[in-house]
Parts: sequence; structure tokens; C-alpha cells
Amino acid sequence: MISRRDFLQVSMAASALYGASGFGNWGRLAAQQRLTQDDLLNFDTFGNVTLIHVTDIHAQMKPIYFREPEINLGVGGARGQMPHITGADFRRAYGIADGSPSHYALTYNDFSALAGTYGRVGGLDRVATVINAIRADRPDALLLDGGDTWHGSYTCYHTEGQDMVNVMNALNPDAMTFHWEFTLGSERVQEIVENLPFAALGQNIFDAEWDEPTDLFPPYKVFERGGTKIAVIGQAFPYMPIANPGWMFPEYSFGIRDERMQEMVDEVRDMGAEVVVVLSHNGFDVDKKMASRVSGIDVILSGHTHDALPEPVLVNETIIVASGSNGKFVSRVDLDVRDGRMMGFKHKLIPIFSDVITPDAQVAALIDEQRAPYINELTEVIGQSESLLYRRGNFNGSWDDLICQALIEEREADISMSPGVRWGPSILPGQDITREDIWNVTSMTYGKAYRTEMTGEFIHVILEDVADNLFNVDPYYQQGGDMVRIGGMGYRIDINQPQGSRISELTLLKTGERIDPAKTYVVAGWASVNEGTEGPQIWDVVEDYIRKQGTVTVAPNNSVKVVGA
Amino acid sequence: MTFTRRETLAIGGATLAVATLPGKLMASTSDLIAGVTGGAAASAAGIELTAPEIAENGNTVPVAVSAPGAVAITMLAAGNPTPGVAKFTFGPGSAEQSASTRIRLAGTQDVIAIAEMADGSFAAVHKTVKVTIGGCGG
Repeated sequence: MISRRDFLQVSMAASALYGASGFGNWGRLAAQQRLTQDDLLNFDTFGNVTLIHVTDIHAQMKPIYFREPEINLGVGGARGQMPHITGADFRRAYGIADGSPSHYALTYNDFSALAGTYGRVGGLDRVATVINAIRADRPDALLLDGGDTWHGSYTCYHTEGQDMVNVMNALNPDAMTFHWEFTLGSERVQEIVENLPFAALGQNIFDAEWDEPTDLFPPYKVFERGGTKIAVIGQAFPYMPIANPGWMFPEYSFGIRDERMQEMVDEVRDMGAEVVVVLSHNGFDVDKKMASRVSGIDVILSGHTHDALPEPVLVNETIIVASGSNGKFVSRVDLDVRDGRMMGFKHKLIPIFSDVITPDAQVAALIDEQRAPYINELTEVIGQSESLLYRRGNFNGSWDDLICQALIEEREADISMSPGVRWGPSILPGQDITREDIWNVTSMTYGKAYRTEMTGEFIHVILEDVADNLFNVDPYYQQGGDMVRIGGMGYRIDINQPQGSRISELTLLKTGERIDPAKTYVVAGWASVNEGTEGPQIWDVVEDYIRKQGTVTVAPNNSVKVVGA
Repeated sequence: MTFTRRETLAIGGATLAVATLPGKLMASTSDLIAGVTGGAAASAAGIELTAPEIAENGNTVPVAVSAPGAVAITMLAAGNPTPGVAKFTFGPGSAEQSASTRIRLAGTQDVIAIAEMADGSFAAVHKTVKVTIGGCGG
């Protein structure tokens, strides 16, 4: 990453572009150890255009805890660059005081203790308050949703996304792009999108049969706000049919398609757009590469990899804004657009501290209305946790360790596998685990828990394949998830090797023996992208396991040895 | 339940890839280009190849090639058992020298396009297309 100081110098040298983030104010706040809604929202309105960015909410309508990653490694050109810096190094990079609210919001250390001090984050009723406050400053601000919105909770699953559609519509977005939405199935996605009161954008959403753009998902929309023409180009998640079950949306093809992105940028510029914004679900490193290859983009609002950065990253003359996940943050970006170009910007990543920001009463009531039919099921306590349960991180999280253990015990397996998704709130030590909490980390439309036999060789091939999706040195070959989580087996990974040479020392933990390539092992897992997968739903497997345990404890997992970090 | 090897690709957060790994048992990209040009040097300019970075379905991968002024474009898949994919020839009446098709790829490999120009010179381009079945996108 570049320091704040470098950032300003680079931007001036590059183009007389000047910028500032809200971070200075936030840093002082931290020093004073006090936090008010006014402080969180404080922002001297700047320029003539305001963008509001939310992304990767994963259907979290209510405040939650969310621990940021401890391990988030970059390879190749991304090594040691933002967002691949965590913990104390991250705090040093941005001048964040230890123990401050921003320490709690942006890094993982001392999470349980700081969560006790600062409380839950997110909640769409609080997000609504922030959006309303920004609109009070700038009534024609654009609200842009980066997608992964209609997925990730009990109510979202049971209403096929309708709960989130209803609540988001109340926030009145101007445009949206997509990823997990498509796992509702193409028919349901089409039904919702046809009735959306805002633009559903994706320059890379194509008809799979004809390899042509679709009518339902236009590439861009040009807005005129305060006399300024603002083009918003959508970029959906490029690898949907690979990372998720393509059979659920066979009519659609995606891909990065950066040649077409360039064509679209040129097209909107020809139409008179003075500022070009890409609403992206590429993931941060893919966005950085795209910014280096496509010219003429002023702002990329980045989603998918769930990074939360208190300052934009600059690539050539493009600023890339990362706004976190699970409703934990809202980004405000003010732009000074003059003479047909972006001359400067001001940015603030606003953490949604739920105890500090007053909920918007109307949206709060609407959320409760969505939940009311399911409230008994949602709130049933299944057990308690003595450990901090979290997911984010490249290799394992304690939530996944628990899920993997549930799979081994409930499904009588040698080895278990859990997908390296980045969504799912955290549970604090001593907290009850409700059914809603279990669904928050497992809910999906292809959640059946399979049980099968695999050879040691095949398990090795799977690990190599997934590792390359995470650690290929070219971001365009990455898919943006984390490493598949493994229960019952340890391994060594050298992240800087090519595919086929990263993974070694596969060890069956229950015997301590090396995995035999020729031997067959019983493997249980979930989230298969194959059509026709059989087995119980993963949330039922996990619920049964937690209920039997009563109180769950997850021991530290040291079974993955990481080399080359 | 029983899985065939094919069906098992992509089981759960995981995946399988056809076990073909780049560089193994695969004709080298430079040798294949030289085979078409007869050893003559090929320019990197003047030809564009459009192919996905990661194939959504290795059995049908959309590819497009364009080389203004070419009389012929040869397309090869370096890692397939039979690398030859297609040779497009363009007569003097061709409005543009471009073609698109769908090809089957046996695994992660380089797709190569070589254009023969009217003056007998060559231009070549290649792009790695990864064949995988993911399942862990976050």
C-alpha cells in the first residue's frame, strides 16, 4: 500500500488530482476515546458529486459482530500491499491507535474484549440513518450496492431474497451489481430484477448461448446529478458459474471482459459522462489490475473480497474504494468534477457502530416485519460457545473448525471440507448460539452435506486447485474466496509455488499418518457445485452437533503450516 | 452414493481440476508457433485473441481472434491431445479478418493464435485459459 502522505503526493504528481480521507478526524476521535453519531458522520461536504457505497451485506439486516481477518496473504505484486496487511501492521499503516474504535472495526486483535467495549456493528436501520444524513448534506447523492445482498440468512433463504429486496428498496438505491443473488436461480433473479425500482448493472453479464449482452442487465446507466453527468458501469462477479453452481443459472455467462469494460468507458465518455464510476464485484486485486489495464475510470467501488480500507488505493488516476461486508461499513465519496473530469475527492469509511448510530425507525419497523413470521425459529437458542467463533482468514476460522468437526462426527467421516467463503458474522465467548446464528454462516441454496469417498491423490488435487484460485500470482486467475477449510487433516502450503507444488505433508490427524495417495478416505463436506448432491442440509448437521454438545469449545487449529507468507 | 471421477470434480468448497498441469506432457507454446511459421519469427503485434481467463465450462470455451490484413489464422490448443483447433483463411474479398468459435480444452493450457500476413510475415499471440471447477467463491 501507499501511505497517506505518498497517496497525496502521487495523486498530485499524476494529475493535479487532490484527495483526502476522513481518517484524520477519525484518528483524533480514537485518541479521545469517545464516539458519537455526529463524529461518525462528520464530513465537510466537498465538490459537487457524492457516492454512497454499500456492498456484500449478505442479508445481515440486524447488528452483528464481525471479526476482520488475521491472515490475508497477497502473492506476486500484491504481496505486502493493501488489503494484504492485517492486525498491528494495518494499524501502523493508517496511524490507528491500539484499543481505539477503528482498531476494533478494522483489525482482529483483542476482538472479544473490544467487542465488549464497542458493541455490535451494522444493522440496515443504522445504515439507513447514515444514508439519510448524507442525503441531507447532498440530496442527489448516488447510493450504489455492490451485490451479495440477497443471500446469507434464515429469512433471506425462506423468502428467496424478498426480505432483503423489501428493505433495500426502502433505502432507495440507484444501482446494483451481483454475485450470490444468482444462486437464487435464474428464474427468481429475473423475477426480482424485472421489478427492481433501480438499475441492475453488469457489463460482463452475458447470454451464455449467444455470448451476447443481455437486455435485463444493461452495462451502465448515466445519471445527471447537480448538472454533472455521472456514468455508473456495473461489473458482476466474473467467476459465478465456476465458484457457484452454474446449473442454477445456465442462461448466463460472466468473465472479466476488460476489453468490453474499456469499450463501455469510451462509450459513456462519448455520451458526455464527466465522471466514470465502476460498481464492481471483482474483488480488490482484480480491480487493481483492471484499473491498470482500462483507462478512463475515475472511481472503482470494490466488492467481493470483503476488505475494509479507511483510504482509497490509487492505481494510475483511478481510486479504488473498499467498503467491507455484512453491513459493517458505509463509504462516502465526494468528488469534485469540473471541466469534464474528476479533479479531486474526499472519502470516509463510516463504521456502523450500532450502539452509537440511532436506528431509522421506519426501516427498523420494516426489518422487524420481515422477521416476524420466523421470529420463533430465528431466536431459538441451540447452545452456547465458550470460544470466539469467526470465519474470515485465508486458511481456517473457528466457525469452520466447528462446522468441520460437526461434519466428521455427525457424518462419520475421516476428513471434512467446508467452503472458503468470506461471509458469516462472529460469535463472542459466552454468547448463545441461536438458529439464526447457525444460518448466518451456512445459509445457501446448495447447502446439502455430502458424504463420499476420495483417494488421497484426489484430495491433494482439490487442495492444489483451490489454492491456485487464491494464490495465483495473476489476480485475473483468482476467484476471491479463501482456502477450503479442512477438518481431520493437516497439510503444509507454500503459497509462492505454482499449482501442483504448493501442498505437501498431508496428514490424517486422528492417526498422525501421512495421507496415502492410493488409499480411500471418507470425506464429508457441503456446498458442492454439482447438481443432484444428496445429504442433509448443513445447518441441520451443525444444529444437531451443537445441541448435543450444549456448550461448544473450539481449540486453536494449528494443522495448516503456511510457508512463504 | 457413488461418484464417478467426472462427477466428483468440484465436490464441495472444493473442486477438482482435470489433473493436467501446465508444462507437463504438453507441447511447448513456442514449439507449436514455430511449427506453423516454419521457424520464422512472429510479431506480437497485429493479432488479438479473446478468451476467458478461467473457462466456465472446459467443454465449450468461447474464443475469438482478429488479425487485420491476415490471409490465414491458425488456432491451437497446446495442452489438448491434438493441439490443432482450426485454420481460418481469408480471401481478398473478406471485410474483416476475424473469427470466433468454441473449443474444448482438456485442462489448463495455452490457447495460441498465429496469423499469416499477406506479405508472408507472421504474428502470434497466446493466452492461458485455466480449466477448473471452483466452488469456494466468497
